[in-house]
Amino acid sequence: MTTLHAIAFARSGDKGSSANIAVFARSPAAYAWLREHLTAAQVESWFQPLGTGPVVRYEVPNLEALNFVLPGVLAGGGSSSLRVDAQGKTLGQALLAMPVDHAPEFSRTATD
Amino acid sequence: MARPLKVANASGFWGDQPEAAARLVARQPDLDFLTLDYLAEVSLSIMAINRAKDPAASYARDFLEVVHSLAKFWRDGGGTKIVTNAGGLDPLACGAAVRDELAKAGLAHLKVAVVTGDDVLSQLRAGADKFCNLETGAGLATVADRLVTANAYLGAKGIAVALQAGAHIVITGRVADPSLTVGPCCAHFGWAQADYDRLAGATVAGHLIECGTQACGGFSTDWLELPDAHDIGFPVAEISADGSCVLTKPPGTGGAVTVQTVKEQLLYEIGDPGNYLSPDATVSFLGLRVEQAGVDRVRVSGASGRPPPENYKVSATYRHGYKAHGVLTVFGEQAVAKARRAGEGILRRLIEGGCVYRETLVECLGTGASVGGIVRRVADGEQIETVLRVSVAADTPEPVKRFTREIAPLVTCGPQGVTGYASGRPKVMPVFGYWPCLISRAAVNPHWQFV
Repeated sequence: MTTLHAIAFARSGDKGSSANIAVFARSPAAYAWLREHLTAAQVESWFQPLGTGPVVRYEVPNLEALNFVLPGVLAGGGSSSLRVDAQGKTLGQALLAMPVDHAPEFSRTATD
Repeated sequence: MARPLKVANASGFWGDQPEAAARLVARQPDLDFLTLDYLAEVSLSIMAINRAKDPAASYARDFLEVVHSLAKFWRDGGGTKIVTNAGGLDPLACGAAVRDELAKAGLAHLKVAVVTGDDVLSQLRAGADKFCNLETGAGLATVADRLVTANAYLGAKGIAVALQAGAHIVITGRVADPSLTVGPCCAHFGWAQADYDRLAGATVAGHLIECGTQACGGFSTDWLELPDAHDIGFPVAEISADGSCVLTKPPGTGGAVTVQTVKEQLLYEIGDPGNYLSPDATVSFLGLRVEQAGVDRVRVSGASGRPPPENYKVSATYRHGYKAHGVLTVFGEQAVAKARRAGEGILRRLIEGGCVYRETLVECLGTGASVGGIVRRVADGEQIETVLRVSVAADTPEPVKRFTREIAPLVTCGPQGVTGYASGRPKVMPVFGYWPCLISRAAVNPHWQFV
């Protein structure tokens, strides 16, 4: 199974009860693909079980990156949330685990 | 032209590696500044609770150990200065303790300055009808009687002026994390308050180093491929007069500084990359260039800045009841089903016994529970082992205390294969709600002084 991890790297963190996930392409071709296919709606649907609000996507072409903000996804966040991951540390890995079987041409070794 | 300013970070949060500062200056004695960040969103509320038991616990006392660890370096002529928000709720008390520590170490000549004015609790209490929650839009009235702390994120100005006056150590309470770096740049380069592009560049540099080793491969997606991950270097920003910087790390340290590690940290905990709000400047990341300039050297340039927001952001916290987490390991056939039944059974017995909880949660770690099970690779029935984590929250401590006594009994009344109970009963912890809002600059009075 190919996942986003093959074509992107990521980092997630918290801001109160919200989290952001920055996704970075591993190659220019991968960025073009991500920009077209990794939509706010798709990310929102992926994280729906965690109770995210409407996801906002920001394009950062100079860093070949997309930044997603997930309002309310941390169920209170910080001290308030009961979850083992109250601060969204795992969300980047969770997004990179998304299957992308329809983008097999971008291998992990794609060059810049 | 002024030479680049070398600013390193030696603490990304309260609880980071205590020897980092001493190791940094040992490996790179020509550093101009160390910045140390101790204050996450709810750190100040923890200090408020500690202060109730011990008045001296209202700041990050770990910082005194850092000062102690640097004493020999300074006595031997080391010139590295320090800017830190270790002052927490009481920067003056922290400053006095640091001054005493320096005097004991024969370093009474080093000047210690303190920046105050971030504490706006009295302003919030007095004008509860004027403040709205930035996340929810709710008014302050519902939590006003439970407020514990309220601190405005101050900017770099007080730090810069104190440094220009000759301070060797500047201690603040709440300031924006990047301002710990922007302050030394303003003092060194003599930037004007309206040099927004340069302030933006220094803000980016400060943002990059504020989380300790995270800029050098810590927390990286490809962490497993890093060299010497047991000893990742803390980051050093070599900041030029135009606000651009080269991000690097001390020689001989592990980890890596690459375009990837720098990009990952650039967007860490960021909302709109075109409008990064700090009290020193509104920064756009959309023109940034990130280029490998050598081994473990990455040049970051092209930040653009505009005037900062008219208001300061305030991080307020309020008392929000109590919580506890109980953790046990379950091994064996159908481990997940057994763990879930055991966890739900504890809660059922307590609730039937009259306990009222605001919220409860049963998690079976090992099944993708960290992300609510949205990613799983092994069917629950095939897991041979799981860690059961049961949590409760309540408005009063009593039902939480009763919960903490129900975990260990599962060793005898739960399924076969329960283990990992040696760490004793879970702790009842106070919960602090996070309540961000804005306050007019006119209502805040930043001030610095020597101690």
